[in-house]
Amino acid sequence: MTLDARSVTLHLGLLAVLVVLGFVLPTYHQGNLARILVLATYTIGYNVLFGYTGLLSLGHAMFFAAGMYGCGLVMHLGGWPVLPALLMGLVCAAALSAVVALLALRTIGVAFMIVTLMFAQAVYLTVLYLGAWTGGDEGFVIAQASRQIAGFALTDPLTRYFAALMIFAVALLITARMMQMPFGRVLIGVRENEERTQMLGYDVFRHKLLAVIISGTIAGGAGAAYAILFGYVGATFASVQYSIFPLLWVLLGGMGTTIGPLIGVAFMFYLIDYASGLTNAYMLIAGAVLVLLTLFARAGIVGEIRNRWVPWLP
Amino acid sequence: MDFGPHLILAILEGAVGASVLALTALGLSLVFGVMRVVNVAHGEFFMLGAVVAWFVASTLAGHPAVGFLAALVIAPLVAGVIAMVVDRIVLKQVEYDPEATIVGTIGVLYILQQSALMVYGPEARPVEPPFSHRIALPWVDWGENGFGFYFPWGLSTTSYKLFVIVAAIAILLTFWLVMSRTRIGLIMRATQLDRETALAFGIPVQRVYSMVFGFGAALAALAAVLIVPIQQAHYLMGHDPLLLSFIVVIIGGLGSVRGTVVAALLIGMSDGIISVFLSPTLSKIIATLLVALVLVFRPQGLYGKKMA
Amino acid sequence: MSLLETKGLTRNYGGLRAVDGVDYTLSKGEIHALIGPNGAGKSTFVGMVSGRIPTSAGEVWFEGENITALPAHARIKKGMAYTFQITAVYARLSLFDNVALALGRRERPHVLAALDRVGLADRADQNAGDLAYGHQRLLEIAMGVAQAPRLLILDEPTQGLAESEIAGFNDLIRSLKGDTTILLIEHNMQVVMALADEITVLETGKILARGTPEEIHANAAVQNAYLGTG
Repeated sequence: MTLDARSVTLHLGLLAVLVVLGFVLPTYHQGNLARILVLATYTIGYNVLFGYTGLLSLGHAMFFAAGMYGCGLVMHLGGWPVLPALLMGLVCAAALSAVVALLALRTIGVAFMIVTLMFAQAVYLTVLYLGAWTGGDEGFVIAQASRQIAGFALTDPLTRYFAALMIFAVALLITARMMQMPFGRVLIGVRENEERTQMLGYDVFRHKLLAVIISGTIAGGAGAAYAILFGYVGATFASVQYSIFPLLWVLLGGMGTTIGPLIGVAFMFYLIDYASGLTNAYMLIAGAVLVLLTLFARAGIVGEIRNRWVPWLP
Repeated sequence: MDFGPHLILAILEGAVGASVLALTALGLSLVFGVMRVVNVAHGEFFMLGAVVAWFVASTLAGHPAVGFLAALVIAPLVAGVIAMVVDRIVLKQVEYDPEATIVGTIGVLYILQQSALMVYGPEARPVEPPFSHRIALPWVDWGENGFGFYFPWGLSTTSYKLFVIVAAIAILLTFWLVMSRTRIGLIMRATQLDRETALAFGIPVQRVYSMVFGFGAALAALAAVLIVPIQQAHYLMGHDPLLLSFIVVIIGGLGSVRGTVVAALLIGMSDGIISVFLSPTLSKIIATLLVALVLVFRPQGLYGKKMA
Repeated sequence: MSLLETKGLTRNYGGLRAVDGVDYTLSKGEIHALIGPNGAGKSTFVGMVSGRIPTSAGEVWFEGENITALPAHARIKKGMAYTFQITAVYARLSLFDNVALALGRRERPHVLAALDRVGLADRADQNAGDLAYGHQRLLEIAMGVAQAPRLLILDEPTQGLAESEIAGFNDLIRSLKGDTTILLIEHNMQVVMALADEITVLETGKILARGTPEEIHANAAVQNAYLGTG
């Protein structure tokens, strides 16, 4: 098999397994997996920027939140149906990521991380400040009746699972394809050696700009999907913690790998799920995993598998 | 209260905040200046200082001053030692790579914060100040008897708040003396200027790094001990000092002591003053955006060097 | 007709003037060698031509167009290629990916053909970082050639190459002649004498002499400044 064929087989195989899981899993795990798929979509977006382009953002929660609030608010206050609201979420996230990119990309390295952190903090505080509409810390619940597409109630566990899977599949296949195409390879070139890439005639700034916008829009799409599928919109999703999470998930799953985001989210989700049964200090696990990854497994789970055994993993 | 007395009060509150902020931010700035490490866990060392202070104060019986004085010594020591351990087992292992240290210290942030939650619990607990006298402040105005002094209701501060300001100034002066007049200060400055040359001159750079990281954390813990009689200790209290310290260090210019102190005054005072008159959330939004734009358009800050 | 022209090209580093008002023209189809002692400003000069290094003063013209204000990537798009003095291949990517990025396309036959020009086609799927230094230099050159540039700037391409590899390099450069104009910074005088149509000698940021290899070899000032007594 050629490299492309192997990668297509891997991705379609993974999706097939997820389809089967949707039917066989007990309701509790089916709900968990739906949540994992949406968060993995968020992480796929983050991976485009961090894993493939090499830009470490500490503020991606703002894009997730832009999608979530853009979509949630028009449903909650404007009574919009699901699909236009989802589109609204995408537009909000794309617009915010374009503005943030134009400013933040003037900086590099540590300054880029802190600028993105600061912008995200401003967005978080704005959500709190506009509490009259956003509900502040408490957030708001989207009415069950409005969470349906053409008669399919997204509140039904199985429908919700497949809606989440659909969103995830779209993000996975788009990014996997993108990374096989010249555009994606240039992003990798930017990550590996920015100056070299520029001296091959590529407009590095333009590529980084597009990477931020694509990454932010996918993150926003995940935020909108979260609002629609789980019916809750809250400021927590705009907080620093939700900017750190995708970093953690990507590092754990394997930065710059297509399936790493899902593996990272699933692993961490169940680890935290287990830990929170033991203690309320479950974020301790997240901290310990971050430190251990930094020290011992910089490539993450899929990255280490690729380095040791399966070099063709996309 | 009228505008005038209100403003005096705001300035006083701002000065207390600025003093504590200057100490905290100085720790962050020192670590970045010498080691080129952005310590995202810095706020947790601040929190650690406050929590340890509570443990010390609640363990020691007798006059509150005994516990407070003990905390002033023990809390920075504990934070410093923990920081040195972090330096050895995390930062040194990743060879101070900028990206890896950021990710690593984010991990340390959660480990410290959540450990505090497990050991200390989710409650906010006060520490009794060693002394606290209400000091009413006079105001000059046209009264019923013409122009004269009077004491408006609510215009007061406490002797402890004034002590915080004085103590912070004293610590800052000591820090400056240590940096400029002692051998240790010279070694730190030499390492900051040029790591390779310092190594060539036989400076044990690794030990200097450990010491600096410990010292930076100790400064944050010390600041927390000073503020905890006013603010209460809580396991999530490290968040705001971290962000404010970032802001200060960026505005002041990374690694510049003078810039850090000037910026801490600026930010601390305006934070105190603005939040008396404006919504604190709105003022924080404006401050955060301004700082982001400073980093974008004037990355060297007021003084000091570019962060890359 | 001239392909490249610089007018009063200058670069200051603090108080130091690395390149000092250089007026230079390069004719189409020529192989031109730029030589001079270390610190003469050769790399800075080609850096300004390619846009890697901003100019302090002066102009760069390429095919009759003033490109001084253009960023590096736009100049490359106009038909320049630049190979780095210190090897700057993508160490963690395969040779295939390295050359594909230079080509701007990923069809396997094209990429392999480009690699074959330096004899590395059979290593296409190795990581560039695993190559020996000499092979990394060849890959770097292959990436420059793959761009099919009108002007190929080579900064010390033969540094670190074995004798046999240098012979192959000379053949490769000769095969490009005609379609590609080549500006070559080179310390190895045998390579310069074998390839160059014309030589420019740079010293302390200024042009000391310019002429055919024979003229330069006979030039007393150049002998003193650079070639030593040889």
